[in-house]
Amino acid sequence: MATAAAHQTARTHGSAGQEGDIDADDTYQRVFDATVAADERIEPRDWMPDAYRATLVRQIAQHAHSEIIGMQPEANWITRAPSLRRKAILMAKVQDEAGHGLYLYSAAETLGASREDLLDKLHTGRQKYSSIFNYPTLTWADVGAIGWLVDGAAITNQVPLCRCSYGPYARAMVRVCKEESFHQRQGYELLLALSRGTTEQHAMAQDAVDRWWWPSLMMFGPPDDESAHSAQSMAWKIKRHSNDELRRRFVDICVPQAESLGLTLPDPDLKWNEERGHYDFGPIDWTEFKEVLKGNGPCNEQRITQRKAAHDEGAWVRESAAAYAAKHSTRTGVEQA
Amino acid sequence: MTREAPAPTAAHTADAALALGDDALVLSHRLGELMGHAPVLEEEVALANIALDLLGQARILLSMAGDEDELAYLREERAFRNVQLVEQPNGDFAHTIARQLYFSTYQHLLYDRLAAGRSPFAGLAAKAVKEVAYHRDHAEQWTLRLGDGTETGHERMGRACTALWRFTGELFRPLDGLDLDPADLEPAWLESVGDILGRAGLAVPDGPRTGAWTAGAGREGLHTEPFGWMLAEMQHLHRSHPGATW
Repeated sequence: MATAAAHQTARTHGSAGQEGDIDADDTYQRVFDATVAADERIEPRDWMPDAYRATLVRQIAQHAHSEIIGMQPEANWITRAPSLRRKAILMAKVQDEAGHGLYLYSAAETLGASREDLLDKLHTGRQKYSSIFNYPTLTWADVGAIGWLVDGAAITNQVPLCRCSYGPYARAMVRVCKEESFHQRQGYELLLALSRGTTEQHAMAQDAVDRWWWPSLMMFGPPDDESAHSAQSMAWKIKRHSNDELRRRFVDICVPQAESLGLTLPDPDLKWNEERGHYDFGPIDWTEFKEVLKGNGPCNEQRITQRKAAHDEGAWVRESAAAYAAKHSTRTGVEQA
Repeated sequence: MTREAPAPTAAHTADAALALGDDALVLSHRLGELMGHAPVLEEEVALANIALDLLGQARILLSMAGDEDELAYLREERAFRNVQLVEQPNGDFAHTIARQLYFSTYQHLLYDRLAAGRSPFAGLAAKAVKEVAYHRDHAEQWTLRLGDGTETGHERMGRACTALWRFTGELFRPLDGLDLDPADLEPAWLESVGDILGRAGLAVPDGPRTGAWTAGAGREGLHTEPFGWMLAEMQHLHRSHPGATW
C-alpha cells in the first residue's frame, strides 16, 4: 500500500508536465499500482499510465459507439411494433440506449477525449463498435432475441465492469446495468409471448433465436489465447474475467432460460458436462467473427452510412444552435461579467 | 364567442377521445420514425421522450373510446380522426420543430382548459399538461435557435413554418364531447406562436390557415396522401396475424 502522502501527491498531479522526470513518474506509477491493488478507484485527476488512459478511451468510446449504433437494429421495428404496449417499451429502450451513449461519451471525456473526435473516429472506421449490431433485424421476434440474448450477453460483460478500476466508467456501468437488466427481462417476456402464441409466432421466435445465438456468443470477443488486450486489462482491473469465462457463464445462464421459453438453441453439441459443472457447446465460427469485425458483416456499411447521414444532415442544426449561443452570450456578456 | 356547449353524451366523449387520441398516436409515430436519425444525441433522447409521452396519452384516450390496439391497427385511413397537421412527414429538422411548435402550443392550451373542467378528460389533461408544457418549451427553444442562428437555419425554419401554416386552422374546429369550444383557444394560440416566431426573427406566415377544400378534413377522416403510407407501415405486422396477441 502506498503512503497517504505519496498517494495525495500523485492524486494532485496530472500526467502532463511530468515528462522526463523519471523519479516522479516512478513514484506515480507505484501509487497507481497500489491504488489498483487495493481495489480503489482511479479518478480523472489522478496520474495514470498513458497506456491505461489510451486503453480506457478506446474501450469506453467503443462501448459508447455500440450503444448508439445499437439503436438502429431495434429502431428498425419501432414503426411496425404490433401493439401500442410493445411500441412504448421499444421506444423507451431505444431512448435508454441513446442515454447510455451519452453517459459513456461523458466518461470518455473525463480522460481528455472529446465526443466530437470520438464520433469522427466512428464515422471514419478508426474506432469500432460491437460486432453484434452488424446483423439485421428481419422480424419482430428479433427485437425479443436482442433483448434476451444480446442484452443478456452485454450484462454478463458489464456487471463486472461496475467494479472496474476507473471510477467514472464503473459508475456509468452501475446505471447502465440496471436499465439493461430491465430490457433483458422485457426481451425475454416478448419471446415468451411469441413462443406461447400462434404457430406462426412460435416459429418466428425460434427463427430469431437461431439467427442471434451464435453472434451473441461472439460478443464476448476472441478466445482467451487470441485476445490481444486481455492480460493487461485484467492486470489493470479494467477487466475482471476472461472472454471464455464470461462466455461460459452466459451459456450456463441461457440454456435453462431457453428451456422455460420453450425454444431450442441452434447447437447440436450443447450438453451438460457433469464433471465440469458447465454446459459444453460447439465451436464458434471465428472466420465469420473476423469478417464482421473487418467490415464485411451483413449491415456494417448500412449502419455507418445511416449514422454518418444523421450526423451530416444535422450539421446545419448544430451550427445554427452554436451561432444562436454565440450571439446570445455576446448580448448578455455584460450581465455575466 | 363561446358556444352553448351541448350536454356531452357517452358517444360524444368517445368521439372526442378518438380524435385527441389519434392526434397523439399519429404524432408519436412520426417522431418514432426519427429514432437513430436525430441531428445530435441529446435530440435522440428528447424526441423519443416526446414520442413516448404522446404514445402514453394516445393509449389512455383510445382506451376511453374502445380497445387501443383494435383502434390503432385495424381502422383504415378514412376512419382516423386526427388533424392533418400531425400526419405531415417529418421533413427536415425545421419541419419537425414547426409541426411540434404548432401542435404542442395547441395541446398545452387545450389540456390546460380541460384540466380545469369537469369532463371525463380532466384527469388525463391534468397529467398531460405537464408533459406538453415541456414539449412546447422544447419546440420554442429550437425555433429560436434555428430562426435566430445561422442564415441556413433561419431560411429553413421560415420555410417550414410557412409550409405547415395551412394545417393550423383545423386545430380550432369544434369537437363535440369536450366541455370547451376549441375556437376559444385560437386567440391565445396565435398570440403565443406569434410571440415565439417574433423572438426567433421570423415572420408570422400570411397564407390561409385552412386548405380551400380541406377545412376540418382530418377530423372527418379526410387525410393527406402521406398518411396512408404511414398506416401501411404501422399496421402491417398486426394485420398479418389476425387475432394474435403480442
